[in-house]
Amino acid sequence: MRRRPFPVHILVFLAPAVLLYTAFMIYPLLDSLRLSLFAPTVEEGGARGLAFVGLQNYRTLLSHPQWAPQLLNALSNNVLFFAIHMLVQNPVGLSLAVLLSSKLVRGRAVYRTLIFTPTVLSVVLIGFIWRLILSPLWGISGDVLGLFGLEHLNQPWLGQESTALVTLSLVSVWQNVGIPMMLFLAALVGIPDELLEAARVDGATAWGVFWRVQFPLILPTVGIVSVLTFVGNFNAFDLIYTTQRAIAGPNFSTDIMGTLFFRTFFGFQLQPGNPTMGATIAGVMLLVILSGVLVYLFGYQRRLQRIEL
Amino acid sequence: MKRPAATLAAHTVLLFYTALALFPVVLVIVNSFKGRLAIFRTPYAPPTPETWDLAGYRTVLGGADFPLYFRNSLVVTLASLALILWVSSMAAFALAEYPFPGNTLLGLYLALGIMVPIRLGTVSLLQMMVRLGLTNTLLALILVYAAAGIPLAVFILTQFMRQVPKDLKDAARIDGASEYRIYALVLPLVRPALGTVAVFNMIPIWNDLWFPLILAPAERTKTVILGAQVFLGQYINDWNAVLAALTLAMVPVIVLYVLFSRQLIRGLTAGSVK
Repeated sequence: MRRRPFPVHILVFLAPAVLLYTAFMIYPLLDSLRLSLFAPTVEEGGARGLAFVGLQNYRTLLSHPQWAPQLLNALSNNVLFFAIHMLVQNPVGLSLAVLLSSKLVRGRAVYRTLIFTPTVLSVVLIGFIWRLILSPLWGISGDVLGLFGLEHLNQPWLGQESTALVTLSLVSVWQNVGIPMMLFLAALVGIPDELLEAARVDGATAWGVFWRVQFPLILPTVGIVSVLTFVGNFNAFDLIYTTQRAIAGPNFSTDIMGTLFFRTFFGFQLQPGNPTMGATIAGVMLLVILSGVLVYLFGYQRRLQRIEL
Repeated sequence: MKRPAATLAAHTVLLFYTALALFPVVLVIVNSFKGRLAIFRTPYAPPTPETWDLAGYRTVLGGADFPLYFRNSLVVTLASLALILWVSSMAAFALAEYPFPGNTLLGLYLALGIMVPIRLGTVSLLQMMVRLGLTNTLLALILVYAAAGIPLAVFILTQFMRQVPKDLKDAARIDGASEYRIYALVLPLVRPALGTVAVFNMIPIWNDLWFPLILAPAERTKTVILGAQVFLGQYINDWNAVLAALTLAMVPVIVLYVLFSRQLIRGLTAGSVK
């Protein structure tokens, strides 16, 4: 067989995607990490430069009294934000998916489309809508609680340190519940009917069928939903920025990693922007997100495969 | 097998949840057509001839250049989608078609970006755009969204390209078709997948706040979402204007969603369940 000519066409096919992706995604991510190892210097005559400082920015972030409490606050708020999504959004999404996969219910496609609607809307619009609804001025939240005889519980939900973060987490859950719902639904629909029928013939209740047959079979999707929730939550920004501004009030009680990153790198009000410290916070976020993804890939997914074998 | 009690219970739960999902959206749209007094006195009533008032829409159209923002969003979204579909389909074709050395590795490299948010590279991206003179241009947004969309698009399209029958391509090769011709031949066969990728990328690009805020905040390059965000922040005490702006920004997306919900749902499931 004669030697084939160099396959130019393969290069032509691959080059645009690889170049675009490398230049505007991989390079910025790596360059951001590199920037996190530098600090601005002001030389004589006011010229600005950057000096290599190694891991000093990370040490400052973790120990300096100006930074460490902020980072800790944002991280722990973010953990709560994520926990609420895992405990409310994903179970509710799963329950809706189970109902929507049941053959007993007619009009499933209509329900599915309607329930998913908030998910396609911009977080900015959702944030403002809920700001209006929760505003004591309009009084809608009081009226709705009144329906259940609970109006005395009404509070300025977004204005109090004790309730703002939980309220915003629930708004985010309300908006994003459509995503786990759809993913779980797709997995549930993929389970062969014969399996469910066999379990029912053996006398299993609907509850038993769910825990013994359906849930074990959708475990891979449970993992995907969890890791998507994790990545999305530790990267969140828009909702807090829209409802509470970059200052993440009241008194930083809703500050999460995304808003801390934005404030640090872009500056806000009296605080000037600090790109290298911003890059450092992005570095911490990358570390958090990657460790979540790695736990999923090597802890969860690998164990699943072993069970399947 | 009929179980009326179970069916009724399921419908009750689903109806309740549907109402919960739609109530805030409907409330805003309905009240945007009412006068200020009616918004506060009878927020749950539909507009009547007495309460009908378009003051909010007049403020919005006078206070912010929404037609321009819509045009910007449209240009950014369509151009990013075209770029994603074009470069990703070519790369996916190469990955699916030719078993060259490093194929798997390149596939993995391109897939890296599925899980890592591009936002974390923002500091460097902003500096890069400043150096290239691209700040406050729509091109900056298009390039960033295209780069961010490539990983998942290549991943999904490669799966679909692999399913195109080999006979078809070999027959074309025997007829003397070039490899580029064969790519053009395969493309229409994976049209459903292209549609899925398009719709799936469309919504996050249209809805993004972060990059317009950082890379292109100038008045003439504002997208609808950034424009709405700034407008809503300034007019927060003018309820008519706020409700009208929210409605104007939501309705086109809802219409698009109703038109494309099937593809969107397919994209959502194809992208992550595989």
